[in-house]
Amino acid sequence: MIEDIELETLINDIYEYYGFDFGSYSRASLKRRVNRLYQLDGFTNFYEFLSKVRYDSDYYKRMIDEITVNVTEMFRDPHFYKIVRTEILPLLATKPFIRLWHAGCSTGEEVYSMAILLKEANLLHKSLIYATDINSKVLETAKKGIFPLRMMKEYSENYRESGGQEDFSSYYIANYGIAKFDDELASKMVFSQHNLVSDNSFNEFDFILCRNVLIYFDNDLQKRVINLFDESLATLGFLALGTKETIKYSISTTKYKQLEKEKVWRKVR
Amino acid sequence: MEESKVINKYKLVIVGGSAGSLNALMQILPSLNALNAFALVIVLHRRSTDDMTLEELVKIKTITPVKLVEDKVKLEPGFIYVAPANYHLLFEADDRLALDISEKVNYSRPSIDVSFESAAQVYGSQLVGILLSGSNADGTEGLKYIQKLGGTIIVQDPKSADMPFMPNNAIANMTPDRILDIEGILDYITNINT
Repeated sequence: MIEDIELETLINDIYEYYGFDFGSYSRASLKRRVNRLYQLDGFTNFYEFLSKVRYDSDYYKRMIDEITVNVTEMFRDPHFYKIVRTEILPLLATKPFIRLWHAGCSTGEEVYSMAILLKEANLLHKSLIYATDINSKVLETAKKGIFPLRMMKEYSENYRESGGQEDFSSYYIANYGIAKFDDELASKMVFSQHNLVSDNSFNEFDFILCRNVLIYFDNDLQKRVINLFDESLATLGFLALGTKETIKYSISTTKYKQLEKEKVWRKVR
Repeated sequence: MEESKVINKYKLVIVGGSAGSLNALMQILPSLNALNAFALVIVLHRRSTDDMTLEELVKIKTITPVKLVEDKVKLEPGFIYVAPANYHLLFEADDRLALDISEKVNYSRPSIDVSFESAAQVYGSQLVGILLSGSNADGTEGLKYIQKLGGTIIVQDPKSADMPFMPNNAIANMTPDRILDIEGILDYITNINT
């Protein structure tokens, strides 16, 4: 396992050589990810690993892909999607046009989940979902809308738990172990690379989702990101975080009204 | 002149378990008194679809205060913390808890190994790791790592465990400081830092 001081050296070198700043990432989780890669790739000497990262830019890319967490699922936390369905979408429905931002969308499972909800609420035609991630590789997967067929049983259960009434399999075509989701869903998605650590606001949105991304950041960076969302959110828009995340350490909560018990806040002023 | 301070040996007790461990925990918790200058963290495998969260179950079984685990919550002595379902639970150097949704380890999230290893890195010799009943191998590597970094490790006596595989697996791979039945574990926790 690598030492704390070695992790700091790695963070400094990545910044110096590639301009990418992991300095505000949660150390506990970052250390675990780096250790996992270090062991996976069979390193036994830290300086060997460090010089590989420094001088081999392909390896650096591999490292970024491996240490950023890309675990996701469709309708993750079905209860959250039920709230979206019953409490949030009806309020957004009155708008002539609905802009959503899914920050940290990973391979897109939750973006397709949202598109399905919008379609079922008859809102998809007037919606646009901007889906961003720091990792360009996962965005390529997300654009295709192709997910492993073996996951569909679980996703279909999640869908049902979220209040879905349709036949879930009507949203995809199954073929050789893959499920390809309907192009109509993807037609209302725009994918692009965006780094929450360094990039700025790029539009105004009615609904921002960023679930289980802030847990990887320290409090300073969390503040920056929450303020970025605040700048990007229209008045009366909604912000949704992961089930164990909160805005209360990051921004004045008088500006926001929390939906009872949910990790969803409405910008009230 | 500086006054001599009482240095408490342990800052954190972390308990891991799988199948059958809830039963053990439910016997330990009601008899647990105030935690003497340490925090207690519980990491159990549980189906994420269970109606009542583990946190709620623990709350109704003990008078010791339970603090809700949220991202970066501060670990304070005297409180119980329960790892939430579907996240790995990690420890930051500034005594905060961190969460992580990365891949399952040993088919589990939370994984006991992951939490034990992270806790060992932060608390070293100020850590007690306790492994309860279970039917998979999670926890063994974590205990070994706690021991390597100077912490104390306790394994539930397999004879007293509903599912002896997990404690047996640990004992086969290391020498714990103590092997205790449920009453023994309760007694041990009660006397920490005294």
